Amino acid sequence: MNKQAKNKAPEMPHKRKINFKALGRVVKMLYHAYPVLVPLTVFCILFSAAVAAIPGVFIQKILAAIELALKNQTPWVDAAKDILPNIITLIVLYSLSLISTTIFNQLGAYITQGFLSKMRCAMFDGMQNLPIRYFDTNKHGDIMSRYTNDIDTLRQLISQSLPSLISSSAVVITVLFVMLYFSVWMTLVVLLGVFAMILVSKKVGGGSAKYFIRQQKAVGKTEGFIQEMMNGQKVIKVFCHEKEAQKDFDAINEELYRDSSRANAYANMLGPIIMNIGNILYVLAAIIGGVFILTPGFENISLSMKPFSVAILIPFLSMTKQFTGQVNQFSQQINSIIMGLAGASRVFELMDEAPEADDGYVKLVNAKIDDEGNITETEERTGVWAWKHPHGDGTTTYTRLMGDVRLVDVDFGYTEEKTVLHNVSVFAEPGQKVAFVGATGAGKTTITNLLNRFYDIADGKIRYDGININKIKKSDLRRSLGIVLQDTNLFTGSVMENIRYGRLDATDDECIAAAKLAGADDFITRLPHGYKTELTNNGANLSQGQRQLIAIARAAVADPPVMILDEATSSIDTRTEAIVQRGMDKLMEGRTVFVIAHRLSTIMNSDVIMVLENGRIIERGNHDKLIAEKGTYYRLYTGAFELE
Amino acid sequence: MFKRLSQCVREYKKPTFLTLFFIVLEVVLEVFIPSITADLINTLQQGSADMPTLLQKGGLLVLMALASLACGGIAGYTSAKASAGFAKNVRHDVFEKVQTYSFESIDKFSSSSLVTRMTTDITNLQMSYMMLIRVAVRAPLMFVFAIIMAFVKGGFLAMAFVVVIPILVFGLFTISRFAMPAFRRVFRKYDRLNESIEENVRGMRVVKGFSREEYEKEKFADASDNIRRDFTYAERIVALNNPLMNICLYANMVFVLYIGSKLIVTGDAAFGVGQIQMMLTYGMQILMSLMMISMIYVMFTMSAESIKRIYEVLTEESTLTSPENARTALDDGSIEFKNVNFKYSAAAEKHALSDVNLRIESGMTVGVLGGTGSGKTTFVQLIPRLYDVTEGELLVGGHNVREYDLDTLRSSVAMVLQKNLLFSGTIRENLKWGNENATDEEIVEACRLAQAHDFVMSFPDGYDTYIEQGGTNVSGGQKQRLCIARALLAKPKILVLDDSTSAVDTKTDMLIRRGFKAFIPETTKIIIAQRVASIEDADLILVMDNGKIVASGKHNDLLDSCDIYREVYTQQVRGGEENE
Repeated sequence: MNKQAKNKAPEMPHKRKINFKALGRVVKMLYHAYPVLVPLTVFCILFSAAVAAIPGVFIQKILAAIELALKNQTPWVDAAKDILPNIITLIVLYSLSLISTTIFNQLGAYITQGFLSKMRCAMFDGMQNLPIRYFDTNKHGDIMSRYTNDIDTLRQLISQSLPSLISSSAVVITVLFVMLYFSVWMTLVVLLGVFAMILVSKKVGGGSAKYFIRQQKAVGKTEGFIQEMMNGQKVIKVFCHEKEAQKDFDAINEELYRDSSRANAYANMLGPIIMNIGNILYVLAAIIGGVFILTPGFENISLSMKPFSVAILIPFLSMTKQFTGQVNQFSQQINSIIMGLAGASRVFELMDEAPEADDGYVKLVNAKIDDEGNITETEERTGVWAWKHPHGDGTTTYTRLMGDVRLVDVDFGYTEEKTVLHNVSVFAEPGQKVAFVGATGAGKTTITNLLNRFYDIADGKIRYDGININKIKKSDLRRSLGIVLQDTNLFTGSVMENIRYGRLDATDDECIAAAKLAGADDFITRLPHGYKTELTNNGANLSQGQRQLIAIARAAVADPPVMILDEATSSIDTRTEAIVQRGMDKLMEGRTVFVIAHRLSTIMNSDVIMVLENGRIIERGNHDKLIAEKGTYYRLYTGAFELE
Repeated sequence: MFKRLSQCVREYKKPTFLTLFFIVLEVVLEVFIPSITADLINTLQQGSADMPTLLQKGGLLVLMALASLACGGIAGYTSAKASAGFAKNVRHDVFEKVQTYSFESIDKFSSSSLVTRMTTDITNLQMSYMMLIRVAVRAPLMFVFAIIMAFVKGGFLAMAFVVVIPILVFGLFTISRFAMPAFRRVFRKYDRLNESIEENVRGMRVVKGFSREEYEKEKFADASDNIRRDFTYAERIVALNNPLMNICLYANMVFVLYIGSKLIVTGDAAFGVGQIQMMLTYGMQILMSLMMISMIYVMFTMSAESIKRIYEVLTEESTLTSPENARTALDDGSIEFKNVNFKYSAAAEKHALSDVNLRIESGMTVGVLGGTGSGKTTFVQLIPRLYDVTEGELLVGGHNVREYDLDTLRSSVAMVLQKNLLFSGTIRENLKWGNENATDEEIVEACRLAQAHDFVMSFPDGYDTYIEQGGTNVSGGQKQRLCIARALLAKPKILVLDDSTSAVDTKTDMLIRRGFKAFIPETTKIIIAQRVASIEDADLILVMDNGKIVASGKHNDLLDSCDIYREVYTQQVRGGEENE
């Protein structure tokens, strides 16, 4: 049921709105992660922002002193007495600002990375506990993008956007008060200009957002095309189809160019526009200020109650610049905050998925059996296993693990509307080999999905050594079942580590023995570094057949009493299979085995063969019996019928 | 390296130069604005000024701001156009180059790596190009102009920069020198972490099957914490940029304020309060442009990797090219291998094929049997010259394959590859790959021969049925039959089927072979197969092992003389016909 996953960029948020719920949660989690450091950082940000805004006051004082000195022709020695204290205050303020900036920058880096690591782990832990259904129904690329794109936008949010938002707001508010302190009229003029700026940036920003979404789509289309062509490059060559491919590509490429150039044009224009509106506002403020000064009897309204003068106008002008600069920053951050919160909510979505429920209480334990057949639990590995079954009345019974698996009248559907298994009954006695044959979609793999409880049955019952499998703890149930799947998944690490994945405490010798049993030893020893050869990218340097052999060795080292082989040898060629077959036979010896195979040669010697069609068992029996019946199996065997 | 890439600018030279022009203009305007503002402020300060002067200066400033806005806006537009166009051309060139690749080069790069190079890497390149023509011109220019203006208009007040700039340059340089390797390390680790997540997502059945959830969690927590440590280290170094910048800015401010007021009060210089404001602005401009320069430096070193990877693709030369005066027709479908040895790369120790001597007459049916890695696919891929032989000689139609025009050779030798691929598009479109001008009758005929016509007609849209990407909406056996039909449409002299009927049931398989015999008797047919049944009636059967032809002959001869053949045959017969 592994649905092919495609890597796809996450959808851009359609609604350009701040997700306050996610914001609240991020802030809360940040606070809980670092209850001392986060408030300290916020304090430092506020402090340095405020300090950065206040110097305007002292600069004004210095300028006023200069003006006075010029008017009165005071010598420098006397004027310095007025000016110097202000300079010293400035130095003190700047030093404080430097210290707090350094602290918040350093703490910010520390907190951001620590928090991201926590989020990643929380997400990964949550993911490990999710049921297989989640992975079957969600695109793998989509899950992945939560770890990559979404965590990245979250990093942006925490390390830059949020601090800058706090800082900008603090500066804006402080500057606003300082401006009001000097002149209410002038403040109103500036606010009007800022309003215009916001309008323009919204307009241009909206255009850029629209084309960025289109660009994103064009990128996706181009990537899809490139992917298809690169995968099929050999076919293109074989059919000399290069020119046509180039023509198709150029058309798509042109489209991407158009959207991309528009999107970036809007984004690039925003900066100069906002900046120069700031410049114009500056001049307007200067002219209006000049008018105020030159107008006799102009009455200034301000918190300071000072009359309007050049000494006020000049710092006021630089504050205008500061103010518009911050507003600009603020508007730029809004975008990445929206994006960051969209990312955060996707991260939360994964974290909030309901984990796989496990009500099982029957556990698998190592056991010893004395001569009278009494089973006792033991710590060491004895090779004998037992189910430890605590009962409601406080007693505990032990049942030896035998590998007796029975499905009785099982119905099942992946969704409620569609039942894919009807009335399936399978009886597998310890040591028996049970095979499933049938077309793709007949329900073979589904049955194995039910055995290890990747999915739960809708109706009927499954008994494992007489115990209802719903009562068995899932991890113990799965430990007792070894599975080898058609799609082999290997992990980054050495060949040895990959085999040991089956049983973490297996020694090197045990792993090698398992590889020999699987018939994998031969090719492994011929790899450049033998068992120490590093595998990357799902063992990309190995052939599909070799990967399957390693997967078989991995299952062998786990030494489970029951094995499920789902197309385990499908990619091994007939000749190699003949070699592996001996190993496989040995591996299956004394175990209950469920085999799914297309190749009838693999399953002919099974004790029972079930032929499945549309979720029902239509024929059952051993090879000879089924051949004699001259039904579907017979037609398959004689090659008159094609399996898909 | 940059020379090759700069060739991709082509028709976007104009917007590129326009960008440069307008950026220079914008910078000049921006540098003059503070100086004129200073005049404006001085006018205000002296109080002597009347409204007309104020309006005149103010009007000039507004005009300059508007001009700067226009320049900035145009530059923003042209730079976006230039960089997107540049990226388009690079993408075009890379794609075009890949089309000329030999199989060897395709193998060398692998398709997934080619995809990354054409997507992520080129996007990086586009961003770098935009940075280059906008910021990389703007920042140094701004730096130089602002310094000049500061010294010209500010005189002694500019002395602060003499101290501050070297400190900042040294500081920024040191920070990026330490930060860059740290970031590179962390990004590599980060990639690996993401790969291991992907492994987990993909292999969740294995993880759960072996109950390894807790083990994976521990492993992940370790790796994640490791990255956290490295990342924090790198980010903390970069975070030093901010205080460094502020120190310089503040030092300049204090200097300008103190010395400036002294100069004004003592009346030493011919300037007023406006100049103080001006110098503060220049200080800001100079320091910011330095910051920008260091940012560009970091960004370019980061994208150098991408540039290198694209360059690699662009300069890979195909070893396989059509000769001059090439032959443009094949006389017949005969094939002859003379002492052929082959290895995939010069560095490989082992030959993938050795000592192949063989003559195949036109019209023969040849079966090839052997285990994985025995060299079957390699053997047939030499025939349409997908690879060149390392030693020896290969003749097709009586002439060395190197004498032919590649297109001629390849359209005469139709291959159905082991990895069957259909492209997104209708069935008809897919089939026309074999022959663009094929008529409907020809298509139907080819499909009948490949036993595909019936099932195609059973689809509601018949030959216009749309095939999804990767051909996911037809079954494996159907895909194989369509691929055979596609090859047949090319009307080849030689037809190669590389394990192309493995998913087709034995009966249909037999019908296809019977059809070949009856309808295309002159075509040489080479069939690689897993099952003996598919090839037992061939005129010649080759058994391959370890890169050598270990036996050849007819079915009955081989049963007697060849152990491998007998082994496979008996196993398959014992096991009945296989079905896949």
